[in-house]
Amino acid sequence: MTTPSILSNAGPGGRVTEPSGPGPGGVRRTGRRPRPGRRRALAVFLAPSLVLFLLLVLTPIVVAGYASLYKWNGFGLPENFIGLDNYTRAFGDPVFRGDLWHGLVLIVLSLAVQLPVAMGLAMLLNQPLRGRAIYRVIFFAPYVLSEVTTAVLFNLVFSPNRGFGDAISRFLGADAGAVFADPDTVLYAVFLVVSWKYFGLYMILFLAARQNIPKELNEAAVTDGASAWQAFRLVTLPLLGPTIRISVFLSVIGTIQLFDMVWVLTGGGPIHASETMAVTMFQFGFRRFEVGYASAISIIMFLLSLVFALIYQRVVLRRDTEGALTVQGDQR
Amino acid sequence: MTTSANPAQRGRRLLLHLVCIAVGALIVVPVWFGVIGGFKDNGQLSTNPLGLPDPWVPGNYVEIFTAGVFWRNVGNSVLIAVASTFVVVAAAAMAAYVFARFAFRGREFLVTIFAIGLMFPFAVAILPLFILLRGMGLLDNPLGVILPQAAFGLPITIIILRQFFRSIPGEVEEAATLDGCGPFGFFWRVLLPMARPALATVSVLALVSSWNNFMLPLVVFTDQSWWTLPLGVQAFQGQYSDDTAKVLAYVVLSMIPALGFYAIAERQLIGGLSGSVKG
Repeated sequence: MTTPSILSNAGPGGRVTEPSGPGPGGVRRTGRRPRPGRRRALAVFLAPSLVLFLLLVLTPIVVAGYASLYKWNGFGLPENFIGLDNYTRAFGDPVFRGDLWHGLVLIVLSLAVQLPVAMGLAMLLNQPLRGRAIYRVIFFAPYVLSEVTTAVLFNLVFSPNRGFGDAISRFLGADAGAVFADPDTVLYAVFLVVSWKYFGLYMILFLAARQNIPKELNEAAVTDGASAWQAFRLVTLPLLGPTIRISVFLSVIGTIQLFDMVWVLTGGGPIHASETMAVTMFQFGFRRFEVGYASAISIIMFLLSLVFALIYQRVVLRRDTEGALTVQGDQR
Repeated sequence: MTTSANPAQRGRRLLLHLVCIAVGALIVVPVWFGVIGGFKDNGQLSTNPLGLPDPWVPGNYVEIFTAGVFWRNVGNSVLIAVASTFVVVAAAAMAAYVFARFAFRGREFLVTIFAIGLMFPFAVAILPLFILLRGMGLLDNPLGVILPQAAFGLPITIIILRQFFRSIPGEVEEAATLDGCGPFGFFWRVLLPMARPALATVSVLALVSSWNNFMLPLVVFTDQSWWTLPLGVQAFQGQYSDDTAKVLAYVVLSMIPALGFYAIAERQLIGGLSGSVKG
């Protein structure tokens, strides 16, 4: 986005507003001037995306914002305007405050456990190791399974009355089947299943980044007397910076909207101990028909994602202007 | 190439292998438990959860294979994934072409709007989306899943394709123009064929995200005959909650298409994910 476009007629915006068009005789082959054909093409090419995006992505956000100001069961038009009551209700509700706390716990666990493990495995698979291609394929495989499939599989793995759960319990010396039934442990159990599915993604990202670092850098560090750990900490780690920042970003945004896995694994229970914002929103919106309140939760989720993303881009990703996923490399 | 390693190196390598095998086991064992569990009856599952079945009971798999529900779920998932992918890649390719190759007022603003769209997950929009779709009469209609999926896939697809389109030298377009190609001809006959690798990448990403989508079909389809595979798996678990072996068989069968697709398209998938992050 910061690089100028390479096409001669695609300079800084605004050129289109030039007096457009010479007659047919004035059409130039050099493409320096927008011709009527190009303007028509522009409209035709942009239309499908704009229509889809406006109608199905932007409009819902506006609708949610509007509905969140009403007490509304989702049928007919919202009429009972209650201002910001839905928002104050959410922040006063222990369940919703629990959601925020659970999100925070999951984010901290992801950053402290999942990402370092993924990075460690990526460094490991960067070594000349026989069979590493097979390891890589296996580690990444869970990422292609849907969250629902994963959740059902683990429901059965930990099913207490069918053996495997009992076998794990005997092995661990604790009741493994109970981890999903105990409000004190359920969140950590959910975290483990989420990590099972997603660590491979982060590993792949780190591996790709690691392989882009020229060998000579590490070799030079070692020649200068750095130990393997020093070479990693002082050479490799800084160069992985952009990937680390993006992984943190994906992890946080992913956690804010976590739904499928929790919905199928625990339904948010027991007694709301593993409930996330998305699950609460779904309960109120689709089960109890408190659409106004559920919309307020949607908007809170949206604002949290947006504010986090904007601050993160400003402060951490700095020069990236094109969007969350397109860091062009390190600033320094 | 490892034969000449000294003992210290060999010891280190052994350690690395042990770590990899341990992590691999964490991934493989639950899946393995599912695969062989599907060949057991529930009695065997209680007494012998991890060993090989004795005797092998193929009934669970056979039953699912011969009942129509599983195939119907697969068919719906395929239809919806292919249609969503087609819509999102077609629309995004056209927009990315404009964003990469045209100069017009407001271009950067539009690109930014699409980029912000990366932060609108289904979970945030699902409720108003449901209300909109209900208003448009698209509930229990595959378009009610296809179009929103395509819309939500636009940002990432546009961003990846735009970057690729920009990397094609301007001389190519000038040459095409000299040969009498208009913008449509250039797009269709030059740009798209050149962009095949990038199109493959974004298609794979779109297919996988459609295949795994759960929340949207969950609210759009009340009619079982439209259910996709994730809905089918969840419903099957509820329906046969005390027949663990049968549910295991269903889960395993539902993994096969995704894992098979991964086997075929591993390069595009991994390249797409790491590429989209690196830019």
